[in-house]
Amino acid sequence: MTAIAPAIAQRSEVSVARRERLRALVRSKTFVVGVLIVGWWVFWAVVGSSLTPHDPLDQTSSVLARPFGHYWLGTDTLGRDVLSRVLAGATGVLKVAPLATVLGIAGGTVIGLVTGYFRGIVDDSISRLIDAVLALPLIVIAVTAIVALGTSLGTLIVVIGVVFMPIVSRTVRAAVLAERDLDYVQAAKLRGEHAPYVMFVEILPNIVAPIVVEATVRLGYAIFTVAGLTFLGFGLQPPAPDWGLQIAENYALLAGGSYWWTVLFPGLAIATLVIGVNLIADGLQQVLDR
Amino acid sequence: MSENGSSPALQIRDLDVVYRVRGRDRQVLREVSFSVGRGESYGLVGESGCGKSTAALAIVRYLPRNGRVRGGSIEIDGKDVVRLSEGQLRRLRANDVGMVYQNPGTALNPAIRVGGQVAEVFTVRGVERKEAMERAQAALKKVQIADAGSVMHRYPHQLSGGMQQRVVIAMALAKDPTLLILDEPTTGLDATVEAEVLDLIEHLQGEFHTSVLFISHNLGVIAKMCERVGVLYAGRVVEEGPVETVLQDPRHPYTVGLLRCIPRGGVRKDHGRLDTIPGFLPNIGEAPPGCVFADRCALVQEICTQDEPPLEQLGGLHSSRCYFHEQARELPRATAANLVLPAVDRTTAPLVQFEELGKVFRQHGQSIHALTGVSAAIWPGETLGLVGESGSGKTTLARSLLGIVEPTTGAVELDGRPLAPRLGRRTQSEIRKLQIVFQNPDSALNRRHSVRRILRRALKKLANLTGKPAEDRLKDLMHSVRLAERYVSARPSQLSGGLKQRVAIARAFAGEPELVVCDEPTSALDVSVQAAILNLLVELQAQRRTAYLFISHDLGVVRYLSDRIAVMYLGRLMELGPAAVVFDGPHHPYTEALLSAVPTVDGGGRERIRLEGEIPSAAEPPSGCVFHTRCHRKVGEVCELEEPPLVEVEGGHLMRCHIPIDELRRLQLVPGEVATA
Repeated sequence: MTAIAPAIAQRSEVSVARRERLRALVRSKTFVVGVLIVGWWVFWAVVGSSLTPHDPLDQTSSVLARPFGHYWLGTDTLGRDVLSRVLAGATGVLKVAPLATVLGIAGGTVIGLVTGYFRGIVDDSISRLIDAVLALPLIVIAVTAIVALGTSLGTLIVVIGVVFMPIVSRTVRAAVLAERDLDYVQAAKLRGEHAPYVMFVEILPNIVAPIVVEATVRLGYAIFTVAGLTFLGFGLQPPAPDWGLQIAENYALLAGGSYWWTVLFPGLAIATLVIGVNLIADGLQQVLDR
Repeated sequence: MSENGSSPALQIRDLDVVYRVRGRDRQVLREVSFSVGRGESYGLVGESGCGKSTAALAIVRYLPRNGRVRGGSIEIDGKDVVRLSEGQLRRLRANDVGMVYQNPGTALNPAIRVGGQVAEVFTVRGVERKEAMERAQAALKKVQIADAGSVMHRYPHQLSGGMQQRVVIAMALAKDPTLLILDEPTTGLDATVEAEVLDLIEHLQGEFHTSVLFISHNLGVIAKMCERVGVLYAGRVVEEGPVETVLQDPRHPYTVGLLRCIPRGGVRKDHGRLDTIPGFLPNIGEAPPGCVFADRCALVQEICTQDEPPLEQLGGLHSSRCYFHEQARELPRATAANLVLPAVDRTTAPLVQFEELGKVFRQHGQSIHALTGVSAAIWPGETLGLVGESGSGKTTLARSLLGIVEPTTGAVELDGRPLAPRLGRRTQSEIRKLQIVFQNPDSALNRRHSVRRILRRALKKLANLTGKPAEDRLKDLMHSVRLAERYVSARPSQLSGGLKQRVAIARAFAGEPELVVCDEPTSALDVSVQAAILNLLVELQAQRRTAYLFISHDLGVVRYLSDRIAVMYLGRLMELGPAAVVFDGPHHPYTEALLSAVPTVDGGGRERIRLEGEIPSAAEPPSGCVFHTRCHRKVGEVCELEEPPLVEVEGGHLMRCHIPIDELRRLQLVPGEVATA
């Protein structure tokens, strides 16, 4: 009858759309610059101290050497090479921040799906609880938890991840609310599907895009939080070449105006990584939102 | 506004419009030429994707960024739009052209009061604020908004769709434009509201002598509103002429096919299948060397695929782009009509029974009476058509049957056993028996799941099939909804609207349901696709004796498919009876008004009955007969005080009206005869 042969060209439209999106990403300068910056730091996180010009832990006699001399970025109070310490310092952050983000996204997605799907009293009670959590400054919660649980990388990951969950869940909940009243969800209920199936098999695949964007945004915040907490002494412990820790160890020297390099370069490292991640987030958002 | 009285309001010559997609120009309009004379109303008709809206956008240079006029000229009031500078273009849009689009909700700024928005039409032309507000109020009065003063102070969301569209029309007309472009202005509105808006446009056009370009997919609306019509197919005007000539004596196979797709003139499913147009619209930008319609045309000859036919003049301004225009009317049917429907046996027990069903929604402290005392039955294998304006309770009734809405009072029985009001409490076999086909095929299918996955899951849950047997049934199912097997791994985004709806129908039929709710299943589709889907539904019913609860605002479609029809108003059944009786009368005054509101291709016939005002709020339904506030046949106080019962007035025909049936028969026959004479 009538359902005969439309154009064969339609066949691979999904893969075309996917390729199209990929091409749009590659064409987006924001995204490409972000990837280059983050790629640089990921590279150093992976190779660690094996490729740095000096051993980041090696203490020399040339204490507080100025930059652009023998030591490109100078040395710190213990005579350690700042460049090597900055490069090697990527490892810690890039271990903790992504894992914390994954945890936060996973937990937040589940909470968001449940609150958005069930609405009513489930939504009200969980959402009020989340509001309460969000009212407290992140750092305060994190510090309290770390003090209670003791300092370790694991604690740091869990604390940041858990703190992210309510934030992520809000985004996910909003996306679920837009989907739950669509007819395909009704259709699933009308063939007797149970709630977990509807949430995870029917709705979840349709809200991947906002979750991906949220994940990149969260990663930026995670990096910031890790740096902040180590600065306060709740993260990696000395002598690890961590950026937050480097700033903490050296910022007292800033007062006189000299010895700025010991603080500036780790600070720049944090800033570039966060900016890089945010550029990726922006690029993704532009492409996925279309 | 016209200085140059001799030139037509709009003159388009050889217009070529292209869209640049993936680095290639795709032609959307090819050498389109037509003109709208002063005071004339010209209709542009065609299915989605044929270029109607592109034409409308090109006229005021609103094409999207990747669109471009490649050739030809567009003259409004003698000014070539293509060559205007930005400033001149802005003045043209501000002074000479008014536009009204399909969705009035998005045409109005939700954050600005109506008065301020209408006044802006004047302030951009330098009128002072205070005077602009006065003129705005006058403009609103002109579009027959009774309470213009208070409407001025409201925000758009506080107005109904019909009222919003009036405001948009008021804004478009306020500048006294040379040309008014109406792009599907009534498509989203209820039939009764549509009729009022169309009446209004007609009236205003008479008053202002505005030239109108009316774009619509609805041939009935075009027939009512326009003097001349151009039929657009794949970016080409294939036929043009005076409306009556084109619709009564079409000379292009596409126009003939379109007209045959529409269920009209009282055609019913037992008369056979509807005719359809085989095949699909060519992809955008594909230019066959010959006639654009050749691959779907039953009259095709060798010459058609080689040389594009010229626009042949047939006399009387009628022209057709077809070599065989003289045979166009004898176009062979694409779909055989023969169809045997098993008779519905109403002596047996009904399949579904609604018992005094009532539903009250609580909203902002108010009680919305969505359903009040609805009792009806549906027998196996029959179609019960459900009609009424939006807000009449049609959807709530269907949803309480499905278990999505819990009725407040009353009960629904399936096979003589009461159904649990909540879906979660129903057994899987009850769930299997009741399924639904939604209005919008885009949202009805999970866009991340393939056709196979969608149907396999339905087979698993509804027919308890997995593995090889499921795969076999999947093939049967796709075959029975005429869905080619190669679509099995496609995602919904790769399918056209009609194909998606077939998948949705296949899903509903996966578990051999006994009743399928069809909630406006064809209103989002083009007429040629609609015909194919209606045929499919009828075929499935003939094979499987499935009952349908068929909701639609398109009365032609309801009449085609239904055995019996229920007319609802404010949550009550006003009339229930065999389709032919409800349509031919004597009918309830409300049904009478509904029927008179529908613009038909054949035109004339019925005298338009105006329904006064809008449908009353279901929070405070009127006393007595709920319809008395708008009824044109109100007999007196009894209508205000006493609600008439739903009684059987003749065999199987129930009505809720104080007027005796014989009186209605007399009343409804006499003016009808006069009107046709």
